[in-house]
This record gives sequence, C-alpha cells and structure tokens, in this order.
Amino acid sequence: MSEWVKSERQVEREQIRRTRARRSASVATLSTVVFIVLLVWVVTNSPGWPRVEETFFDGEQFLKALPDVLDGFLLNIKIFLFAEPLILIVGLLVALARGITTPAFFPIRALATLYTDVFRGVPTILVIYLIGFGLPALRLQGIPSDLATLGVIALTLSYGAYVAEVFRSGIESIHPSQVAAARSLGLSHGRTMWFVVLPQATRRVVPPLLNDFVSLQKDTALVATIGPLEALRQAQIHAASTFNYTPYLVAALLFILLTIPMARFTDHLAERTRRRRGA
Amino acid sequence: MSLLSIEGVWKSFHGHSVLRGIDLEVRPHEVVSLIGASGSGKSTLLRCVNLLETVDDGTIRLDGDDITDPRVRVDDVRKRLGIVFQAFNLFPHMTVLDNITLAPRRVHGVSKAQAEEQARDLLDRFGLAGKAGAYPDSLSGGQQQRVAVIRALATQPRLILLDEVTSALDPQLVLEVLGIIRELKESGMTMILTTHEMGFCRDISDTVCFLDGGVLLEKGPPEQIFREPEHERTRAFLRSVLEAGRL
Ligand SMILES: Nc1ncnc2c1ncn2[C@@H]1O[C@H](COP(=O)(O)OP(=O)(O)OP(=O)(O)O)[C@@H](O)[C@H]1O
Ligand SMILES: [Mg+2]
Repeated sequence: MSEWVKSERQVEREQIRRTRARRSASVATLSTVVFIVLLVWVVTNSPGWPRVEETFFDGEQFLKALPDVLDGFLLNIKIFLFAEPLILIVGLLVALARGITTPAFFPIRALATLYTDVFRGVPTILVIYLIGFGLPALRLQGIPSDLATLGVIALTLSYGAYVAEVFRSGIESIHPSQVAAARSLGLSHGRTMWFVVLPQATRRVVPPLLNDFVSLQKDTALVATIGPLEALRQAQIHAASTFNYTPYLVAALLFILLTIPMARFTDHLAERTRRRRGA
Repeated sequence: MSLLSIEGVWKSFHGHSVLRGIDLEVRPHEVVSLIGASGSGKSTLLRCVNLLETVDDGTIRLDGDDITDPRVRVDDVRKRLGIVFQAFNLFPHMTVLDNITLAPRRVHGVSKAQAEEQARDLLDRFGLAGKAGAYPDSLSGGQQQRVAVIRALATQPRLILLDEVTSALDPQLVLEVLGIIRELKESGMTMILTTHEMGFCRDISDTVCFLDGGVLLEKGPPEQIFREPEHERTRAFLRSVLEAGRL
C-alpha cells in the first residue's frame, strides 16, 4: 500500500478554506461589537436613563442586597433539587398509568387523565396559592406546614402534569413494531415497557424535559407568593425598605447564572441527538 | 403428531376477509413455505400463529394445545415460538448481545452468564463472533437480520416463523441470510416462511403452499408445485414471478 500524499489541489483547497474561516470569524466579531455599541448607546441616551440607572443599577445597593438575596437563592436551589426528582417520578407514573388498558385498572387510568387535564389547566401560581394556604387549613395530621415544603408539593403537582405528557409523547413515539418484537419474544406488557419502550422513550424526551427544568428553576420564585424567604422574597424586602429596585436585578442575575448552563446543556444534547439520528 | 395444526382459520379486517378457512399441518422438522401474491394473507397467517392477531374462527394447535382458546396465556405460547420480521425490529438501544439475551434472561429465567454463553455460541456459529458488543445501527442489513434470527433462536423455540426475511436486503446480503436459514433446516428446526425468492423456496422447502386471496389453493412438495401445479391460478402466479425474473 502506498502512503497518501496530499495533492497540490488538496493543499490549495485547504488554504482557501482557512482563509474563508478567518474572514467569517472577523466579520462575526466586528458585527457583534457594532451591535453592542449601538445598543448601549441607544439605551444610555434614552431620556429616562439617568432615573433607571439610579433605581436599577445602584452599585452600593447591589452589594448590600447580595448576601441576603444569595442566601434566599440557596432556598430556590433547594426547592428545585427536591422538586425535580419528585416531578420525574410523578410524571413517569402518570404517563404509565395513562397507558394501562387492563379493565381492572380503569379507575387509575381515569384518575391519571383527570390529573393531567386539571393541573395543566390551572396556572402554577394558583396551584401554589391553593396548596400553600389550603393544605395547612385542613389541619390534617402529617400535613407539612413548612412553606418551602408546600411550595415543593405545589410545583411537583403542577409540573408533574406537564412532564407526564412529555413522557407519554415519548412512549407513543416508539414504533409499534418494537412492541410487537418484544411481545413476540414472550415479554409481558410490563417487561416490554421496562426493557424496550421506556429506555428508548426517555432518551428521546431528555431535551424537552431539560427545557421544562429550566423553566422550573425560575418558577421556584413563584413560591415567594406564599412567603418563604427565597431570592425574590429577599429582594422584595430589600426593595421595600430602600425604594431601590437593584435587589431585583441581583435576583435576576442569580437566576440567569443558574439557567444559562442548563439551557446550553439542553442545546448540546439536542444537537447530539440530531447528529446521531442523522448518522 | 403434528407440531402445528391450523384448522379452518378465518380472519378479516374491517369486514374484508383476509384468511378464508385455512387448513395446514406442520410436522416436526418440516420446512413449510407460503407463497402467493401480495395481499394474499401470508403475513396475516404467521401473525395469527404468533397470536399477534386473534383469529375470527377456527383452531390453531401447538403440540396439541389449542392456542386459540381465549383462556390461554399468550406470553406462554409465544415463549414456544420464534418470529423474524422483514424489518428486523432489533432493539436499537441494546447491543447485539443484549438483544439476544433479553428473552432468555427475562422470560425464561436463564442466568446472565449462561444466556451470554449461549448467545456467543450462536454468534460464532452464524459468523458474527466479533459483533457481540456492537449496536444494531452499526451493522449491515444482512448482519442485522442474522442477529434477528439468532434472537429468535435463543429461546429454543419449537417453531420459527420467518416473514419475508430477505426482502429488505441487497442481493448479496440475501445470500448471507439464506445461508443461515439453510443451516437451521439442517439442524432440524421446524419453520414456516413466506418468501418471494422462488429459487430458494424450491431448494429449502419440504412443502410449498400457494395462497390465493386468503385461500390455501394448492399444497405439495416443491417439485410438484413448481413443475406441475394443478391450478391455473398457481400457474399464472408462477408465470408472473418468472417474468419478473425471480425464478
Ligand atoms: N392490521 C391490519 N388492518 C387492516 N388490514 C390489514 C391488516 N393487516 C393486514 N391487512 C390486510 O390484509 C391483507 C393481507 O395482508 P398480508 O400482510 O397478510 O398479505 P401478504 O400476503 O403478507 O402480502 P405481502 O406479500 O405484500 O407481504 C391485505 O389486504 C392487507 O391490507
Ligand atoms: Mg407479508
């Protein structure tokens, strides 16, 4: 076998490609810079800018609010970390329940359908109010009274309904021939689900699920409405005492810092899935 | 005694009769081919035997047991049958080895070590020794179909049903797959297959059945069906196949 020596034509082609890549990189940089300069100029030259700068971009207020808001933000993260696995479990169970055809389990299926219909229809913030003020009012034994816990329950109920639908669409996207192949090997309905359908379905729904979790991360702030001292609540307290809105900016920045990595990761996964399927 | 006996089976979809009173006996170690025009009901008959479809009337017995009895547990019947589809239907998220060992482990309760050993033996035997860890989408069509056959074999079924297992393949890949079906016959496996490969069908079958509009019109050893068919419709079918260059 003879070694491959690059032909002159190939060397030339690579040269052209390199030049082009350099040129498009500089064009991209230049246009970004121009765009940002223009944007900053328009905003800072607007008539209301001095007032906005004062109320939203006050450096001193920023530093003063930061420790408390950051402290509250840890509660947001905690709420998120508890709610996320619970939502996955509820979503998966409800999706599976909706797929059961055995007549004896009809009530379970009907209940699951009712649950998704109701909780997808009611705004998350209302669910939080109803759970946050309604559940403790029942004064049942064993019902938690901790506000953050109630928030976790409310978010789980609300998001569980969405995630159930995501799982269900994943399950339904698996071609019936896969089920036929598994059943014809003698696998029961349950085993077919567990070993053949679910593993394929979950892989497909990872990007939409992550998307839901990005929005769950910020919706943890809705729990502020029932009172626990999370980031938004802390910001409100600070803003109320100083009439300066910079604390809200602090909270917003913290949420952005949390969601951006997740959003990029979602994009990355979606891209990878697309490449795989294309291959 | 027959291994499989089909008696007066009827099946219709939306009022359209696809099988009209099929009778067929399959002895142990026999290879039976179903031929006939597209839509004549070949696949439907195999799916009825596998209980993927419920018959409208008639009886199917496997080793003497009535498997069309509504009280019968379909999973128990399917444990005794293997089926291979035209489109392979391998599980894309599992390696070749996991595809093959899934049913032995999860349905037949074979230990992981033992199931994998048997799977590797089968892969060796069918020339796929190096592919145990590969995923289906990295295999050629012929290799995928051979894995599908091995997957059906791994549960040591009484009977294997093969539905057009070569029609999704390129000509040179067809030969690979036909080779392993031949080997199965030599090992004494009982099979029912549907095919459009008439040369192969003539070669491998003990009995050839010609289906015409859901009726089993003619049945006999391949020499008889291919050389001196009794019915004009069989002759016409074989002529059309011949013209299509498949014989
Ligand atoms: N699930 C179904 N629902 C409705 N009609 C069906 C169904 N399955 C099969 N049929 C119809 O039954 C008839 C026989 O189909 P079948 O697949 O058994 O034919 P075949 O002999 O295998 O044909 P081919 O050689 O094309 O595979 C066809 O007209 C088909 O449209
Ligand atoms: Mg068919």
